[in-house]
Amino acid sequence: MNPLRVFIVDDEAPARARLKALLADVAPSVPNELAGEAANGIEALERLVTAHADVALVDIRMPQMDGIELARHLGRLDPAPAVVFTTAYDQYAVQAFELNAVDYLVKPVRAQRLAAALDKACRSRPPGQEVLQRLAPQGRRHFSVAERGRIQLVPVADVVYLKAELKYVTARTREREFLLDESLTHLEEELAAQFVRVHRNCLAARAAIAGFERAAGEDGETHWVVRLAGLDERLPVSRRQWPAVKAAFTGNGAAG
Amino acid sequence: MSIRQNPETTRLPDFCNMGVMLRAMLSVNLLAFFAAAARSGGVARLPGELLDLAALVEPPLIAGLILLCGLRRWLARLDYRYGAALVVALASAVAMLFAPLFDPLGHAAFRSAHLVAGAWGAAAALAVLSYLDLRSRAFSPALAEARLLALTARIRPHFLFNCLNGVLGVIRSDPRRAERALEELSDLFRVLMAENRALVTLGEEIALCRQYLELEHLRLGERLSVRWDAADCPVDALVPPLMLQPLVENAVYHGVEPSAGPAEIVLGVRREGDVVHVEISNPFHAERDHHNGNRMALENIRERLMLFYDLEARMETQARDGIYRVRIQVPYRKGKAP
Repeated sequence: MNPLRVFIVDDEAPARARLKALLADVAPSVPNELAGEAANGIEALERLVTAHADVALVDIRMPQMDGIELARHLGRLDPAPAVVFTTAYDQYAVQAFELNAVDYLVKPVRAQRLAAALDKACRSRPPGQEVLQRLAPQGRRHFSVAERGRIQLVPVADVVYLKAELKYVTARTREREFLLDESLTHLEEELAAQFVRVHRNCLAARAAIAGFERAAGEDGETHWVVRLAGLDERLPVSRRQWPAVKAAFTGNGAAG
Repeated sequence: MSIRQNPETTRLPDFCNMGVMLRAMLSVNLLAFFAAAARSGGVARLPGELLDLAALVEPPLIAGLILLCGLRRWLARLDYRYGAALVVALASAVAMLFAPLFDPLGHAAFRSAHLVAGAWGAAAALAVLSYLDLRSRAFSPALAEARLLALTARIRPHFLFNCLNGVLGVIRSDPRRAERALEELSDLFRVLMAENRALVTLGEEIALCRQYLELEHLRLGERLSVRWDAADCPVDALVPPLMLQPLVENAVYHGVEPSAGPAEIVLGVRREGDVVHVEISNPFHAERDHHNGNRMALENIRERLMLFYDLEARMETQARDGIYRVRIQVPYRKGKAP
């Protein structure tokens, strides 16, 4: 049997050193080799594309991109590595893991527990997107798009609007468009704090709404459209969404 | 959970303390208000009565408080019951002294005016003393409880486990570094678990913070950068134990840990006249932070400052331009230089 390729993600150097030492310790019972390491989620995504890891040991609390968001993006890799979360102390996270039957290790990690987790990780299926979303109810900070064998990250804060088109959702930044393989309804639920639905097929970033104006529609009737900061395009507002959109705009203090 | 009774509850109040003075003034004036209301017998005559009574009450009240402030060290040495009796007698005497100057009743005989004023003075002093005593009794379990609360809130499990994990991480490659870290950890815990009651010097508190930061440096490496701005620091100033360390821990948790690159914590301590100023600032990461822990630590310190200094300490926080700042002002009290 080929040795298990393990990738370590932790923002603290001594914590990575500890896991490396333990992996060497358990190698006789669980043959393994180090596939690489990274100090945060973004670095990890870049390296994991070529690292061909079977298992990723992922710290929860990390700067820039936390472990749970990393796991969500890792799901887009093919083949996706199994994920085992590590956490020093996070009552909330541990509760959520137990509830959703997700593998985790408590730091300081013990060799036996690590061996058991590695063993189990290669046999069980990685947690699904919905489970991961439940683990991090505050939503992610990046969208991920599989592009030419890489994973492209798009900061949620850069996206001006999300529009549903046939099977995909288009995420529009000021520079370009990305195709997301997700449903608009799910995105609306997850990112309610940052986006507001302006139309049946469209969510606008609250921070990007610059104002409103009246425009003539195809049917000859005038209706409201959203002006966007940094983008010439206008987004039509459906009559049904108008009160909520207007309230969201005046509510965030940007009016005037 | 057993809380040892605080033997310091039955002690004369510190009459020079602004809070005590304020409470004494307020309660005496409240008594005067009720007296005026009772005597006026109607709303129409109440303002006039109040004015008369205020002119009668304020001068002896202020004079009495100044006298007690001057005598407080001497009074504090007495047994509580003797001290309290003396305070009542003093208040009565002061009131009698002022009686000839004001005789709004006009019809009272000289002797009886003295007696009435003296009785009022004694009654007011007795009322204020019992109110302050009740208040300190009401707050003393809180003092013990606050200490317990502080104890649990101060040892953030997150810190302990991360720290142990850091030590385990270097134990094979750098055993000496691991040794030093464990020594620092035990020093820190000795203070954290002590029955913290008495004030400590600012110098001791700063030394503790340095040890704590040294520990965090082990696992955070170059991401943690600290600037001390404490050249004019009054190291002999007395402060509540663990006034700074939890704030520094907060700064690390909220300012440094969420940052991928180096993040700087600035610690400023200086003395201006009779006030010690402490300022701690760290980079502020608005997105997703566990604010609850932060608020708990701050409330904890605010409560302890109030218990130690009453109204004479101040604490304020500010988040602006990506920097989070905590400012504390406490009165400068000199202790032994460390």
